[in-house]
Amino acid sequence: MISDDLSVVLPEIILSVYAMLALVGAVYTGKDKAAPMLVWTTSALMLALAVWIGLTAGPTETAFGGALIDDGFARFAKVVVLASAALVMLMSQDYMRRQKTLLFEFPVLITLAVVGMMLMVSAGDLMTLYMGLELQSLALYVVAAIRRDNLKSTEAGLKYFVLGALSSGLLLYGASLTYGYSGTTLFAGILASIGDGPIGIGLLFGLVFMITGLAFKVSAVPFHMWTPDVYEGAPTPVTAFFATAPKMAAMALFARVLFDAFGSVPGDWGQVIAVLSLLSMFLGAFAGIGQRNFKRLMAYSSIAHMGFALMGLVAGTALGVQAMLVYMAIYVTMSIGTFAFIMGMQKDGQPVVDIRSLNMYASVEPLKALALMMLLFSLAGVPPFVGFFGKFYVIKAAVDGGYVWLAVAGVIASVISAFYYLRIVFYMYFGEEGDRRLDGTMPPVMWGIMMVASFAMIVGVVNLFGVEGLALAAAQTLVN
Amino acid sequence: MTLGEFAFYAFSVVTVVSGLFVVLARNPVHSVLWLILAFLSSAGLFVLLGAEFVAMLMVIVYVGAVAVLFLFVVMMLDVDFTELKAKMAAYFPIAGLIGAVFLAQLVLVYGVWKSSDGAAALRGAPTPDPAEIHNTLAIGQLIYDDYIHLFQAAGLVLLVAMIGAIVLTLRHRPNVKRQNVLAQMYRDPAKAMELKDVKPGQGL
Repeated sequence: MISDDLSVVLPEIILSVYAMLALVGAVYTGKDKAAPMLVWTTSALMLALAVWIGLTAGPTETAFGGALIDDGFARFAKVVVLASAALVMLMSQDYMRRQKTLLFEFPVLITLAVVGMMLMVSAGDLMTLYMGLELQSLALYVVAAIRRDNLKSTEAGLKYFVLGALSSGLLLYGASLTYGYSGTTLFAGILASIGDGPIGIGLLFGLVFMITGLAFKVSAVPFHMWTPDVYEGAPTPVTAFFATAPKMAAMALFARVLFDAFGSVPGDWGQVIAVLSLLSMFLGAFAGIGQRNFKRLMAYSSIAHMGFALMGLVAGTALGVQAMLVYMAIYVTMSIGTFAFIMGMQKDGQPVVDIRSLNMYASVEPLKALALMMLLFSLAGVPPFVGFFGKFYVIKAAVDGGYVWLAVAGVIASVISAFYYLRIVFYMYFGEEGDRRLDGTMPPVMWGIMMVASFAMIVGVVNLFGVEGLALAAAQTLVN
Repeated sequence: MTLGEFAFYAFSVVTVVSGLFVVLARNPVHSVLWLILAFLSSAGLFVLLGAEFVAMLMVIVYVGAVAVLFLFVVMMLDVDFTELKAKMAAYFPIAGLIGAVFLAQLVLVYGVWKSSDGAAALRGAPTPDPAEIHNTLAIGQLIYDDYIHLFQAAGLVLLVAMIGAIVLTLRHRPNVKRQNVLAQMYRDPAKAMELKDVKPGQGL
């Protein structure tokens, strides 16, 4: 029945209807003057939906003949996506208003991107996967170029668009090969058509092409080349958004394709994912060393972190998926906190992204320097902080799955990448006195989010706020 | 050869040849015209399949709207194709090599291609028997019943494209005089013109 189907996708429907109403409402009233209010209502709606989805945990439901799956895994990913999108948007408002680039289309586009992400994480069909992915990507291409008078922003948008279109093409080609083999686009049908036996070379091609397309979306090496340029060129709030919600959605989609459609042949994709993971961790660790631009540095950091998250998937076990989900939840929290700080970096009213401007920052703003230090230690995976536990989980999952070499490589890459995080800490506490100091005050919303995020890095050590158990329950609905 | 077979071969040959000329034609406007021919002959193929609704859509939407839009774009954009081709020549050796290797691999894969056992039946299942159900009804059931969520998602994608085009290109220029329709309509003809009696040598 259509009404049953619609009740499953009710959150998505509410969000899309809201986006359309907000668009029409803003066009006919204050236009860009209505933007701050829209940002607040959009964030509030997203947080409310996140709470609603999180609290109404029911059994697994499917809609539209299995093309959409609403299970624990999808709900976990949706809550992370909605909450991170809401927080990033709240932070971005002050920044964009200061730069006079707050357009009322911004919250609308972000909302539509989030709708796409929600479709992605609950996709049960290749067609749903593609529609969700395109809805998300198209909205992201536009917001990357939203400062259209800025050369770097337009370059970021164009580069992202062209490379994104290429990767969508590869993904579609893989999907067509998969459909040709199995005769159906439903994930369950693909799984049934594979059976237990080895998969034919044609289907293997399809699988590899789809992994290629998805690896581009999570910016795993060797499909990462767009990431540094897009992170640098896009306005900082947009970069913060790129580093959080879409990464979670793409990673969840990755897991869904691998386990729902190809779950019976983990040996065939495990090696591909292992290579992607290894390359991402090392490239992220080495290439970040030369960066002086904080945003580019975060781009390489995100490449390395995606490598670690992929390590959780390699094993092909429920524990591995749990590790991936825990890792992503922690990574998103750390990213939000760090980007709150980056958005607050300014000198004479102009945003600054050079890490050398943080020289002796601790003597000026001891509290903020301490908070940033905790976030950076956590990003580096230094032990008592929460980031360490994320890395611990994925490495344990890899060892349990028999990928000891990958786990060892992960530890080495983690140590190498610690260099560029700790260098910032060094600049802040022991750097040389210079005249490139930051000034200005941080808006209260950013300050609050940063402090909460860094506080969570230390308090979360107790029980990770229960994320661990939730992630395990979510992972078990995906892998059984 | 029956008439149906003859029509099939005629339409197929025209489709393939005009498709080839879309790529080979030197003048982009000619390419678009060849494209229109390809659309028209593939509409003929659809009629032969018994899918007259899709054939009509092909003619109305693709020939009537999309191709004409292409024609406008091609004529309005001043693209220097010789320059583009010159740049392409520089990259051709490496690109050609990669392409050739890739093509060879795909041909090898196609040589050993096999589908899963139930694939043919599964693929055939969504297509109802044309004798039982009208093809307009069949396509309506697919789009508006089975895949309604995809149809709506496609609508959202188009909405994003529209918002994006406006955000990235619309400029609000100050000091531009715009037409105010209401002011024009409520204008009183009696007061539109005023006659002044100007005394010689004084001015207004």
